[in-house]
Amino acid sequence: MYAQMVKSTGKGVQALEEMSREERAFQERIDRGEKIEPKEWMPDAYRKNLIRQIGQHAHSEIVGQLPEGNWITRAPTLERKANLLAKVQDEAGHGLYLYCAAETLGVSRDELFEMLHSGKMKYSSIFNYPTLTWADMGAVGWLVDGAAIMNQVPLQRTSYGPYARAMVRICKEESFHQRQGFQIMMVMANGSKDQKRMAQDALNRFWGPALMMFGPSDKDSVHSAQSMAWKIKMNSNDELRQKFVDETVPQAEYLDLKVPDENLKWNEETGHYDFSQPDWDEFYDVLKGNGPCNHERLEARKKAWDEGAWVREAMMAHAEKKAAKKQAAE
Amino acid sequence: MSDKKEWPLWEVFIRGQHGMSHRHVGSLHASDNEMAMKNARDVYTRRNEGVSIWVVEAQHISASVPSEKGPMFDPAKDKVYRHPTFYELPDEAGNM
Amino acid sequence: MSALFEFLLRQGDNTLVLGHRTSEWCGTAPALEEDIALANTALDLIGQTQLWLGYAAQVEDKGRSANDLAFLRDVYDFKNVLMLETPNHDFGRTIMRQFLFDAFQVHWLTALTDSKDSHISEIAIKSVKEAKYHLERSRDTVIALGDGTEKSNVIMQSALEYLWPYAREIMSDDAVDEEIASLEIAPLPSTIHESWLQIVEPTMRDACLKIPDSNFVHNGGKTGLRHTEHLGHMLATMQVLQRSYPGVTW
Repeated sequence: MYAQMVKSTGKGVQALEEMSREERAFQERIDRGEKIEPKEWMPDAYRKNLIRQIGQHAHSEIVGQLPEGNWITRAPTLERKANLLAKVQDEAGHGLYLYCAAETLGVSRDELFEMLHSGKMKYSSIFNYPTLTWADMGAVGWLVDGAAIMNQVPLQRTSYGPYARAMVRICKEESFHQRQGFQIMMVMANGSKDQKRMAQDALNRFWGPALMMFGPSDKDSVHSAQSMAWKIKMNSNDELRQKFVDETVPQAEYLDLKVPDENLKWNEETGHYDFSQPDWDEFYDVLKGNGPCNHERLEARKKAWDEGAWVREAMMAHAEKKAAKKQAAE
Repeated sequence: MSDKKEWPLWEVFIRGQHGMSHRHVGSLHASDNEMAMKNARDVYTRRNEGVSIWVVEAQHISASVPSEKGPMFDPAKDKVYRHPTFYELPDEAGNM
Repeated sequence: MSALFEFLLRQGDNTLVLGHRTSEWCGTAPALEEDIALANTALDLIGQTQLWLGYAAQVEDKGRSANDLAFLRDVYDFKNVLMLETPNHDFGRTIMRQFLFDAFQVHWLTALTDSKDSHISEIAIKSVKEAKYHLERSRDTVIALGDGTEKSNVIMQSALEYLWPYAREIMSDDAVDEEIASLEIAPLPSTIHESWLQIVEPTMRDACLKIPDSNFVHNGGKTGLRHTEHLGHMLATMQVLQRSYPGVTW
């Protein structure tokens, strides 16, 4: 999901003839579909963009634990509790894999955390929205994970080896997430009047933010061309958004829920749904830190990090004492 | 916090159910080898992926140098006689 | 209430309440690896809860399910020991609580694998493997944190002092235990005390922590006679949906 949010620093795509010999060889390797591996030569901008993109993706996973974590203690049955916990745990795992991938580019995980905490690095805006009812666990799985998968599946072919491998693992694990969410939605949408209302309300609140997950329209996102040439971004924002709408609308119909868009309509000619753009002013507000939960999310992460410092330090200190003792004995 | 010592990075190798060799599955952070082993179990075998785990501190791995890829690997390219298909045998000889 | 039903509630409520507490860490643990490990522990405990309460519901035979037992009983019907409902407070207290419980649970479940009740022995055979791993992890972590830094030692010592008066409720016997023991379903919990100490004492030594002198034990959890105030809040959270929207499917 998260790659769509990244602005690269480049000024559009460099033409082959403008490149240095090394840069050209590098671009040709990417064009041939070769993977770039750690410690191999890469343009500085490629490295920087990747660190930002993978870091942002990793941050999104761990901040993304919070809105769903919000319901683990209130899950309505033991089965649901276990399913949700396993899913949120996976997100921690995905964050972990991605941080490790970023680390191969010469930045440490702790440095990345610091950049998140100081606001230097972002995470996906979707996690700045609150989860208010149990149906939100359905909507998040169905829509948010659905949108994420759409972006993540092509990233398995991204040019940077460690990132691609992390994505393969993530996609394999993610496959139950969306299904878990949709299944909650199904039960809610077919449930009591209250449950049905919760389901519709969740769709109403998450539809727009889910569309925003793909990032601004391509015509407003001038920097993505270089990322696509480098194969660290595989599809355009609008392309993925359209695909998401096309796949999701029939699912909403199946649930007998109404997508909150008066302009939503099947277009025979294009073979796609026409739909309204989400509220991009809101998107930029959330990006600037004015989303409903920006403050809470970042505070929660910082608090966890600060309160865990003594644990991390003590574990390390103990390991060093143990190693010293072992050495003395030898 | 950058003055604080970060848990070192470990590489994790897992042997799955079916008798294949240990395979690199990813990395993690841990304060020492024992915690690394437990963390590997908790992080990388949640879906019953393995029956054996190796962990190696990343800094102890010696890796081939990318810039020497040519001399490292190209010389093996023309040794076609190491592959069975190099040797043409008549059909009458049967499977070999 | 039959002794067997009560006994099963005690097992299931212990794992339910501790599983719930442990799940509260999700997303906020000191390191990602620890976050994932805590979730694994919580998932094991929730899984064990389903087995214990599922069997309890079957023994009771009144048409209730494991979920009914978990989500529709009030404080005075819960039979978990008090220690497990105490708030997480910090990572030190959380892991110390886990360790003190694991050290009991490994021996307890091992004993239950020989239960005359085959259903119980089956649950124990599955659960004891999980408990052994939990113990390995919690013991090493307690030792590391006790030994680690001056600061961590102080935190762990205070965790031990807070939890110690609660730790041995689980090894106190009452009439239910005696009846269960006479049926050879389980040994008396007090018989585990010696082997529990054999784990706890050396661990605390290695962790540079001092076991408090006091022999005082807070009681009232496993009998349900007097829980802490904390349990009511936990249940208010845990049961909110089942209570607010009774009778629907989730």
